[in-house]
Amino acid sequence: MITTQNLTKRFGHVEAVREVSLDVREGDRYGLLGPNGSGKTTLVRMLLGLVYATSGSISVLGEPIPRRVSRVLPEIGALIEEPAAYPHLSGRANLRLLDAAGPHGSRRTRRRRVDEALEQVGLAGIDRRPVRAYSLGMRQRLGLAAALVRRPQLLILDEPTNGLDPRGIRDIRDLLIGLNDSGVTVFLSSHLLPEVSALCTRIGVLDAGKLVLQEQLASLQEPTGRVLVSTDDPERAVATLDGLVEHRDGADLVVRSPDPAALNARLVEAGVPVRSLSVQRRSLEEIVLEVTGAGSDQFGAVTPGGATPRNPPAHGGAPRPPIPPAPPAETP
Amino acid sequence: MIAVELFKLVRRLRTWVSIGLICALPLVVAIFIAVTHLAPPPGQGSAFLSAVLNEGQLYPAAALALVLPVFLPVAVAVMAGDSVAGEASSGTLRYLLARPVGRTKLLVAKLVAVITFAVLAVVAVTVTSYATGVLILGPSRAAAVGTPPGGISGSIAPGAGGAPTAGLQPGAAITSLSGTPLTTFELVERVLGAMAFITVSMLGVAAIALFLSTLTNSAIGAALGSLAALVISEILVTLNAASAVQPYLPTRYWLAWIDFFRQPIFWRDIQRGFAIQAVYVVVFLAAAWANFATRDITT
Repeated sequence: MITTQNLTKRFGHVEAVREVSLDVREGDRYGLLGPNGSGKTTLVRMLLGLVYATSGSISVLGEPIPRRVSRVLPEIGALIEEPAAYPHLSGRANLRLLDAAGPHGSRRTRRRRVDEALEQVGLAGIDRRPVRAYSLGMRQRLGLAAALVRRPQLLILDEPTNGLDPRGIRDIRDLLIGLNDSGVTVFLSSHLLPEVSALCTRIGVLDAGKLVLQEQLASLQEPTGRVLVSTDDPERAVATLDGLVEHRDGADLVVRSPDPAALNARLVEAGVPVRSLSVQRRSLEEIVLEVTGAGSDQFGAVTPGGATPRNPPAHGGAPRPPIPPAPPAETP
Repeated sequence: MIAVELFKLVRRLRTWVSIGLICALPLVVAIFIAVTHLAPPPGQGSAFLSAVLNEGQLYPAAALALVLPVFLPVAVAVMAGDSVAGEASSGTLRYLLARPVGRTKLLVAKLVAVITFAVLAVVAVTVTSYATGVLILGPSRAAAVGTPPGGISGSIAPGAGGAPTAGLQPGAAITSLSGTPLTTFELVERVLGAMAFITVSMLGVAAIALFLSTLTNSAIGAALGSLAALVISEILVTLNAASAVQPYLPTRYWLAWIDFFRQPIFWRDIQRGFAIQAVYVVVFLAAAWANFATRDITT
């Protein structure tokens, strides 16, 4: 659905996006993650033909961008940073106006499509109040409705749950999953890891303009081959497991073992009182922090050359839990 | 897209407030003149104003002369300066372009909306000032106020500077600036010609402001920039030392619409006025297009 090849954007001396080769497939719920200032928005704007690439190529729905924007964009619903609307007009009037402004917005079905989009985002009951009087969350929902009016096959959403309350975030997540089930590919950018974790099937991570990771979320979160054990008798557990314990923190142990059931049996047999036992998976936060450097909006993080220095690997950093990536040999 | 821009134009309160203000100035002037019976003497003050006490039906011409130098260009510059920059700073520009609206199409639609605004303003001024003239100043009161009949305007030669005045023949018919009478039909025809010319005269400002509007995200900056260009032009027009560049200044032929009220119509400056505005529109629209079509939209 979206492919970019070595996409680079320079603003003066600043390289906002560097050699990014994005690959979003049909049916994906793709989450583009990255700290503030990592180039997410610039990348999204390039996909929509708003910002022109310095080098590299973009293809969306199989057509080159920006050359064929007039063909491609009618099939796309977009939310670009914050939503924007004419404040003196009502939400309905805004959606109708935007629909009338471009191609593929049939006048005959406009009223119905606008009402449906408003219903989808939970704004079915809005009256004729001007957008000026809307709350932040209502504006965000209206922005999403604007993206849905033409029933697009691809949604490109920059920070879609910005400004929404927890309930709003869940509503939108359910909506996007529902749309995805009916065949809409969803590409969204966010710096909210829990949101992406709950919604996306595939992630890309941008750091200082570079795409440092692009993978199915499920394969990133495969069991690490370690089991987390919590016990009232850690001494005996360590003695029983003999060298399999990688890390001990009070009553909590990290045990190298591909088979949690066998491990449990062995502990119980040795009379170790097991309080809890769980397969270790890396959280999205760990995955992202491991591949990214300091946040790009962090003052002083940028070296004179313009590059952001990398933090030491995750297990070296004191505040981060000692979790190395899954060793492939240990999967059963 | 043009329909969308026109819808936005008419649904904006600002449109109607500025048109109201433009219409208010001639009304205020008319009230002062009607109350005091002190019109400027012929040859002084704003064009046609000396004659309106005698002939209320000439007030549209006087009103257009009042709003032309400042009010109308300010309003047009504000509209055109806001057209792209305003949408850029409010964020709606990126949604229009991602809709997608072609960038060239958007510029053309914006220009059409600004021209529509100028037409609306000129028509509104003409209509309200005609009503003002007839109701407040009264039609053909020449005999009543006892002005010396005729001849007061014949002294102005075509193309000469200064503020011309129109006079009255004894009787009723309105005279041209050349002293010969104009029929009502001719008067209507000439007022329409003057309205068209004044609207076209605003195109140069509109194109400059539209160009600046694509350069900056500040609507007020674009409007003030184009007004600065106009002020410079108006100063140079009166400066003898600048006579070499005067024929190319956007405001050089602004007053040529007065030539519609000569008998016969004196076409030379009118034609030049149309031509110079056409040049400004072509040059600045091309510049606006070249800049806008290649620009990164980062707001």
